[in-house]
Amino acid sequence: MKPVGWQAWLLTETPGGRAQARAGRWYRNLRRFARNPLAMSGLFVVLALIAVALAAPLLAPARAVVLQALPDRLLPPSLAHPFGTDELGRDLYARVVFGARITLSIVAMVALIVLPIGLGIGLPAGYFGGWIDLVLMRLTDIFLAFPRLILALAFAAALGPGIRNAVIAIALTAWPPYARLARAETLSLRAREFVLAAELQGASAWRILRTQILPLCLPSVIIRLTLDMAGIILTAAGLGFLGLGAQPPSPEWGAMVASGRDVLLDQWWVATIPGLAIFVVSLGFNLLGDGLREIFDPRAA
Amino acid sequence: MIELHDVSIAYGGRDVVRGVSLSVAAGEAFGLVGESGSGKSTILRAIAGLAPPRAGHIRLAGQEMPRRRTRAQRMLAQMVFQDPYGSLHPAQLVDQSLQDPVAIQRLDDGEGRIARALAEVGLGPAQRFRFPHQLSGGQRQRVAIARALILAPPVLLLDEPTSALDVSVQAAILNLLDRLRRERGLTLLLVSHDLAVVAHLCARIAVMTEGEIVETTTAAHLAAGEVTHPYTRALLEANRF
Amino acid sequence: MSEILLEVADLRVTYPGEGGDFAALRGIGFALGRERLGIVGESGSGKSTAGRAIMGLLPPSARVGAEVLRLGETDLRGLDEAGFRRLRGRRIGMVLQDPKYALNPLLRVGEQIAETHRTHLRQGRRAARQAALAMLESVHIRDPARVYRAFPHELSGGMGQRVMIAMMLIAGPEVLIADEPTSALDASVQRQVLAILDEQVRARGMGLLLISHNLHLVRAFCDRVLVMYAGRVVESCRASELAAARHPYTRGLLAALPDLAHRRARLPVLARDPDWLEPVR
Ligand SMILES: Nc1ncnc2c1ncn2[C@@H]1O[C@H](COP(=O)(O)OP(=O)(O)OP(=O)(O)O)[C@@H](O)[C@H]1O
Ligand SMILES: Nc1ncnc2c1ncn2[C@@H]1O[C@H](COP(=O)(O)OP(=O)(O)OP(=O)(O)O)[C@@H](O)[C@H]1O
Ligand SMILES: [Mg+2]
Ligand SMILES: [Mg+2]
Repeated sequence: MKPVGWQAWLLTETPGGRAQARAGRWYRNLRRFARNPLAMSGLFVVLALIAVALAAPLLAPARAVVLQALPDRLLPPSLAHPFGTDELGRDLYARVVFGARITLSIVAMVALIVLPIGLGIGLPAGYFGGWIDLVLMRLTDIFLAFPRLILALAFAAALGPGIRNAVIAIALTAWPPYARLARAETLSLRAREFVLAAELQGASAWRILRTQILPLCLPSVIIRLTLDMAGIILTAAGLGFLGLGAQPPSPEWGAMVASGRDVLLDQWWVATIPGLAIFVVSLGFNLLGDGLREIFDPRAA
Repeated sequence: MIELHDVSIAYGGRDVVRGVSLSVAAGEAFGLVGESGSGKSTILRAIAGLAPPRAGHIRLAGQEMPRRRTRAQRMLAQMVFQDPYGSLHPAQLVDQSLQDPVAIQRLDDGEGRIARALAEVGLGPAQRFRFPHQLSGGQRQRVAIARALILAPPVLLLDEPTSALDVSVQAAILNLLDRLRRERGLTLLLVSHDLAVVAHLCARIAVMTEGEIVETTTAAHLAAGEVTHPYTRALLEANRF
Repeated sequence: MSEILLEVADLRVTYPGEGGDFAALRGIGFALGRERLGIVGESGSGKSTAGRAIMGLLPPSARVGAEVLRLGETDLRGLDEAGFRRLRGRRIGMVLQDPKYALNPLLRVGEQIAETHRTHLRQGRRAARQAALAMLESVHIRDPARVYRAFPHELSGGMGQRVMIAMMLIAGPEVLIADEPTSALDASVQRQVLAILDEQVRARGMGLLLISHNLHLVRAFCDRVLVMYAGRVVESCRASELAAARHPYTRGLLAALPDLAHRRARLPVLARDPDWLEPVR
């Protein structure tokens, strides 16, 4: 089947210009991604998370999140309460829906902090070597040496409890492995001939890092980040459990699991439904990560 | 243009190049032949500033080259690497690989330069928007040559530039290099295993074994078989099929 | 060359460009016996693609079709990855055009050769190590013990090629496809390496498919030569008669060779001609 019209324009073997070539490449990558059902379901889950988070007030009444009705405690799923109610009689459906906002903000904030710090430390360390490497890697080792929860506790204690501070604490303790990953990748790329060729062309170190090395490091870092997301969401829940993360009325999924733990055998839905939400979202990130890995590797074409 | 004085280069404490001296005038083409593993590529890397010598001096365009070169010093020599696969960025289109040097130097008419550079090495728009892994070995090698030429450097270091090319494309590249040398005064240092290729392009030729230059001769002497060192003689013998 | 080890007929390979698919091979055919068959041809004419197709090493998106694609009694058409993996090494080997990138960058090269020996011959570590060192020595590597411990990026271009040849020969394949195996070797080492390949052909009856741009080498070393142009075989002749080849493309190639004894100011260059797609009989 020969494509016609705009498709032919996008897919031609001899593009007329750079813009057309770039558009064509994007289109091809999208098609490749679209043909991978697992990656697509991952993307679907992540998009659904974003959609639910944005549209939460339309999907459930915001009041229901904190509305306690002790007579209704621990009701099983029914028409009035599709996911049942928790030990304080709050509607689990509304809480899960609004919990999506918290999860999304955790994910976004962690990514926004971890990526720049990890790359900003790992790339120069690997590329310049010498004392720059020494100093940056010592710093990384120091952060790595502290157990994450303890460091997070210290941060949270200093900044005060709350979900945002918990996330900052998590992110600040989560970046060292990314710095190491970026450094290792940079080390293996630094002596490759295409990097040397760029040096001979007069490219500045900043430019080489940006155009030659970063594009090859970024995929593994992003993939690692998407694959790590599950752990990060769980750590946030752990902090919430210790009273340093999400504060009581807020519908954080991890904290909801923790509160449902005591009644797991008799009222399974209280812990299971937020747990399922965490599971689905983490799996979604995992599948998305795998799909991205394929797109990023042009050889898999 | 290129002067090496008593240069030694070590990898992991082992000298792979020992006490090499040579000098190439501006606009001259100089050939380097010799045994596999004798240090030819290492010498080219040292001249380009990619493998700092353990001892000795390197001068380019009359300037002594320090260990850490300035940007202008780095740009004196462009190099075509022996390995055409490793010398292209795996995630960049051919177009991007050629666009980068143009952007770095802020050259005008980038579009025209890229198209001309590709045409000069016998590639066309069909190859321009491909990734390196979608090209044949010889096509990759030609992209690397085009990239080195696009900046019009004063010195060009060529490590087996035609080993993956069919003889017709090889002839086109050799003609191109010879023309650039005559018209622009390009200084060439060519490493090749094919004595006929080296002798075609270069008037003077140095022969290496085990990290040392054992003989410096001319194309005419080589063609006439008037060589002194036994290794050179063996090489000449083996080149006659 | 009585017995046919590898037979190929009407082999076609297309790389998808979706908009316009690129036909890299447009129906090539040959039969390889216990002999040295050379392939020369235009850069980009599909020589490596042919080798990779026979080995099952093409990217999954490439479309392969053939009337016959047979290694001995084994039909290679529609063989899956597991099937190819059983054949590779022991029955058919290929020296790839970019040998350094075919090696694992994180392992010492000697260990990779020894590993091949172990998987195929199952004789224990010591024997594998000894065999690997002996093989490195037989491809004329100076100081095999050092190279055994080297990582791929520490090898010179020619060493990488010889390491790859050693790795392919150690399992003793029936058919070896060598894609420009000696392009980075100086003429004297080249001769010695070719002599080893030759010995495998003579002593064991291995079939050798040698892809090369070096016309002198092919003429002197091979029994027969195929000339490829734009995805087709346009001429096939006895190597000794290459100088008398009739196809205009082959004639053009011969004319473009630089000659040590007679230097010309400009070398003649071929302009592509649509008529050349027609093979000569
Ligand atoms: N990064 C490295 N680390 C250690 N040894 C190296 C490294 N690079 C090269 N060598 C060694 O240096 C020696 C010379 O290598 P070089 O690449 O200069 O040889 P060459 O003359 O170009 O050979 P060829 O013709 O085979 O390409 C070889 O023995 C090689 O093993
Ligand atoms: N993955 C790919 N996708 C698209 N086109 C490809 C791909 N691989 C190779 N090609 C194209 O197929 C053609 C044949 O390539 P091949 O590598 O077989 O050439 P070759 O005869 O080995 O050339 P050389 O002598 O230069 O190595 C080339 O024009 C190349 O650009
Ligand atoms: Mg070399
Ligand atoms: Mg090839």
